[in-house]
Amino acid sequence: MRRTPAELVGARPEPGHTIDFDGRPVPALPGQSIAAALWAEGILAWRTTRVNGRPRGAFCGIGACYDCLATVNGIASQRTCLLPAEPGTTVTTQEGHGRADLAV
Amino acid sequence: MPTSPSDTSAPYDLAVIGAGPAGLAAAVTAAELGLRCVLLDAGPRPGGQYYRHPAPGLGAAHPERLHHGWSAFTGLTGRLAASTVTHLTEHHVWTAERGEVWRLHATVGAGATGSAVVEAKAVLLATGAYERQLPFPGWTLPGVVTAGGAQAMLKAGLVLPGRRIVVAGSGPLLLAAASSLVSAGASVPAVVEAGNYLGYARGLGTLAANPAKLVEGVGHGATLLRGKVRLRRSSAVVEAHGTDRVTGVTVARLDAEWRPVPGTERRIDCDAVAVGHGLLPQIELATELGAETVLTADQTVALKVDEGLRTSLSGLWAAGETCGVGGADLAIAEGELAARVIAGAPVPAALRRRRDRRRAFAALMAAAHRPGPGWTDWLRPDTDVCRCEEVPVAAVREAVEELGATDPRTVKLLTRAGMGWCQGRMCGPAVACLSGSTELRPDSRPLSCPVPLAHLADGS
Repeated sequence: MRRTPAELVGARPEPGHTIDFDGRPVPALPGQSIAAALWAEGILAWRTTRVNGRPRGAFCGIGACYDCLATVNGIASQRTCLLPAEPGTTVTTQEGHGRADLAV
Repeated sequence: MPTSPSDTSAPYDLAVIGAGPAGLAAAVTAAELGLRCVLLDAGPRPGGQYYRHPAPGLGAAHPERLHHGWSAFTGLTGRLAASTVTHLTEHHVWTAERGEVWRLHATVGAGATGSAVVEAKAVLLATGAYERQLPFPGWTLPGVVTAGGAQAMLKAGLVLPGRRIVVAGSGPLLLAAASSLVSAGASVPAVVEAGNYLGYARGLGTLAANPAKLVEGVGHGATLLRGKVRLRRSSAVVEAHGTDRVTGVTVARLDAEWRPVPGTERRIDCDAVAVGHGLLPQIELATELGAETVLTADQTVALKVDEGLRTSLSGLWAAGETCGVGGADLAIAEGELAARVIAGAPVPAALRRRRDRRRAFAALMAAAHRPGPGWTDWLRPDTDVCRCEEVPVAAVREAVEELGATDPRTVKLLTRAGMGWCQGRMCGPAVACLSGSTELRPDSRPLSCPVPLAHLADGS
């Protein structure tokens, strides 16, 4: 059995919660970003690109690359590597520019 | 330590932008010397990218196990807590206005919904760096992440992008990243370094003057040996395979110019790739105002500073990676040095020697890992150069070869490479190289981060 990051740092997290990713509950720990909660579940893609419809997820992890954009609580193009996963946060896979409802 | 502006009517003596190693050292030193100091940072906790660490809610008893030199950080945060420094977290400065007094405009909060203006008589830019990326076929697949990104997500969120992670690119960050990934339970089948480390041999005197750097390298080496990690020098990942996520990479040997050597390709199975080719100083707040720059030994643009770390703009200082990438020890020394100069205090000879030794090491390191011109040989016509706008190599080459572009700005206007969300932060170096431009200039970005229109209206 391999060691985990949590074991390495002796983590004893406060009680976790769930966020909603495309209608599916995903566990999150207090203080984790949305991107981190998704990675912990083995989810690496939560956006499809505007031009070729290719899957994307977190790339730079520090807010510089904008590859980790998703629709969060109904707001499109949010950087999930910067936003904390709060209890009840709703994350929706962003297709294209995420503003199809505006018909632009 | 106040955490909100106590008296907004009077400007601070000094505003430090960035709470990484350089900014922390500068802010606490300045405050201890009697300056009224404010420290603004985009993150929720001090430390910057280097000392990025888990949120308190994750209850990490031993965050130091993911770090090198953690005691230096706890020393700085201890001094910060005991100081009069006003620490404004989640304040991302998007522009700096020069005048009799500087006015710094910041977005506030993780969602950048709030706004703030901070005034100060002097400003110290300690905004650090982000990673340089050179594209390769498949680099946009989920599971391909930056080496620094893998580090950042591990340090802050205690997560990994996969179980079997190839680490690739160039520069000392690769060894640090691989070492922490292995410690956290990942298997790392290979560290693929495009340079060959022979460049360090040209600076034996500089190496001898920086024993701590050698010890750091040996420490990473021991961890990698224990983790059975193979270091492949003079090699590169020339393709990532997979459809919806990465399933493996092809690694090839490189010649001295970084051209892949045909027939040396070898496939390695993996479910993630952590890649980076050195670091780029983050200096747009200064260059937008016209600050002079210098070209570093690994072809990045850094701020030009004098022996007192003054930039070419009156009232603006810089420290750490903004003056050229060189690591946390150098950043701490420069932060302290700049603060002493700003406060009008003497600079101890030992501090100046430490800074000079580390700067010399940084130059040696930069030269040893400088990208060779042959890397473009591993591109294919359909390889995306610009991730945001999905601009392929073929479009960039068409702009250069058929439409006559000779510089990155013209390529950008003809192809949209660099005009997407990241504003060229990811594709900039590659586009500059493909444009054939030999003159490297700072990127022009009027705003350093996204700003709600309402904030711009308020600012008028």
